[in-house]
Amino acid sequence: MITFESVTKRFPDGTTAVAELDLEVPEGDLTVLVGPSGCGKTTTLRMINRMIEATSGRIVVDGQDVASVDPPELRRRIGYVIQQVGLFPHRTIGENIATVPELVGWDKQRTRDRVGELLEVVGLPAEVRDRYPHQLSGGQRQRVGVARALAVDPPIMLMDEPFGAVDPIVRSRLQDEFLRLQQEVRKTIVFVTHDIDEAIKMGDRIAILRQGGHLEQYAPPDELLADPANDFVADFLGAERGLKRLALIPVSAVKAEPGPVVSPDDDGRRALAAAEAYGGDWVVVVDDDRRLLGWAHAREVAERGRVGDAEIRPFQLQVRADDSLRAALNAMVQSHAGVAVRVSDGDRYEGLVTLELLSREIS
Amino acid sequence: MSSGPAPVLAAELIRWSWIGDHLDDIRAALVQHVQLTVLAVLLGLLLAFPLALAAVRWPRLYGPILGLTGVLFTIPSLALFILLIPFTGLQIQTALIGLTIYTLLILVRNIVEGLRGVDRDVREAAEAMGFAPARQLFQVELPLALPVIMAGVRIATVTTIGLVTVTALIGWGGLGQLFIEGFTLNFGTPIVVGIVLSALLAFTADLLLVGLQHRLTPWARSGGR
Repeated sequence: MITFESVTKRFPDGTTAVAELDLEVPEGDLTVLVGPSGCGKTTTLRMINRMIEATSGRIVVDGQDVASVDPPELRRRIGYVIQQVGLFPHRTIGENIATVPELVGWDKQRTRDRVGELLEVVGLPAEVRDRYPHQLSGGQRQRVGVARALAVDPPIMLMDEPFGAVDPIVRSRLQDEFLRLQQEVRKTIVFVTHDIDEAIKMGDRIAILRQGGHLEQYAPPDELLADPANDFVADFLGAERGLKRLALIPVSAVKAEPGPVVSPDDDGRRALAAAEAYGGDWVVVVDDDRRLLGWAHAREVAERGRVGDAEIRPFQLQVRADDSLRAALNAMVQSHAGVAVRVSDGDRYEGLVTLELLSREIS
Repeated sequence: MSSGPAPVLAAELIRWSWIGDHLDDIRAALVQHVQLTVLAVLLGLLLAFPLALAAVRWPRLYGPILGLTGVLFTIPSLALFILLIPFTGLQIQTALIGLTIYTLLILVRNIVEGLRGVDRDVREAAEAMGFAPARQLFQVELPLALPVIMAGVRIATVTTIGLVTVTALIGWGGLGQLFIEGFTLNFGTPIVVGIVLSALLAFTADLLLVGLQHRLTPWARSGGR
């Protein structure tokens, strides 16, 4: 756990980068510091490992005031990843990753094994070990940066726009991979970005900072989007706040409606009644095991006499319990009937998600 | 271009028998030349390092340090040696002090620029990894500054090889002594031998230093992606 106790940083030129900051970063969580440039997010980050010294206040890491620890020693216990990666150009990838193990005096064999392990963890082929940084792509270098920060398995990681220097496609992949990795390693991470979407995607909790280092709101992303504390936060979250929030909520959070369900053996009257009861002109067709077959026009069924004789059309998009409501919304706007069909992993029909259910959830 | 005066001149310029008779002297002069050069450059490095480190650490010192070494550099070499004689006499120290002073400007400037040229991100990353300052200097900053420092060492070495011939005037001149001998005897062969050998020496020294740099910086040569 990292605790800021009324921490202030004033620079010699008189500017205040961080003002009386109180913040608690929980163990094992990824906490994002986000805000416009000049909000003091990087300064805040760097005060944790004393790259920048606080002017006043206390920063406590795992019960220990950082001011009482020798900076190099403190830093070896805290992983650090920066945007420009800062790999050592004169050292091979293996040597780069081995930097901190060497500093803390691991023996050669242990270091070598750990480097091999880390290359695997960050998804790099073993043969990059003997290459130099300039022989790697930007995305690969970024991975090396993460591996280097993880080398001695520090409980805490500081990340300053770690995926900022790569193109959007690579960035999104690195973010996904990192989230997966974090599921396993459960580090206490402080993550700085200026990109609110990245913050929402990555953060267990988000601290929104404003120019001059004022903390405006500190909450989990969902809560932030649902209930911004003030206009600054609302502005910063952007106009599509509702949509962003949908991306965070799983489909399982709303109770699906049963919908107008029929089986292929049902007759026209049954189909018409079901459609009418639901308030539409179509029915969902499932087999005896409730496996989803598709949908059919109720009137066509009535004309042919039996559901199985009408044309059964597939639903283009289906959603599952762990998809986001945003995916459900997407399925709705693409479907003929304006609903998203929810199915289980075994393709069994679970119900319909409608716009009405969805807006009830987020309002 | 017929059998004119040219061969005659050449015959006067190079009398092979003289070279044969004086091989030991020539070898001694060459060895002394190399010694003076190596010592001067090494002493220069020894002095330049602390000066350069101070200039990097306290940027305000950089101007004065460069200014001082610059002023020293502009003193005509002959004048400098004559100025030094009252203090140090006609000793090897006199030659070495002079030669070392001339290397300082080049070496200090290249060490400072080399260290300053180290990427800020790399330096910050090193700091954030937990390098103590001295270790960071030796394991990260100096290795990365090496190409620029070596460029300075090469210039300083070649310059010094040229300057050593001047120190012959105070009796410590390596190959320069051959010039003096040639001028006093009004006889060309020693002069030609001196010129050719010091040029060869400069060329060889530069080649060796390039080779050394190549060996010390494997990371700089392995081509781009």
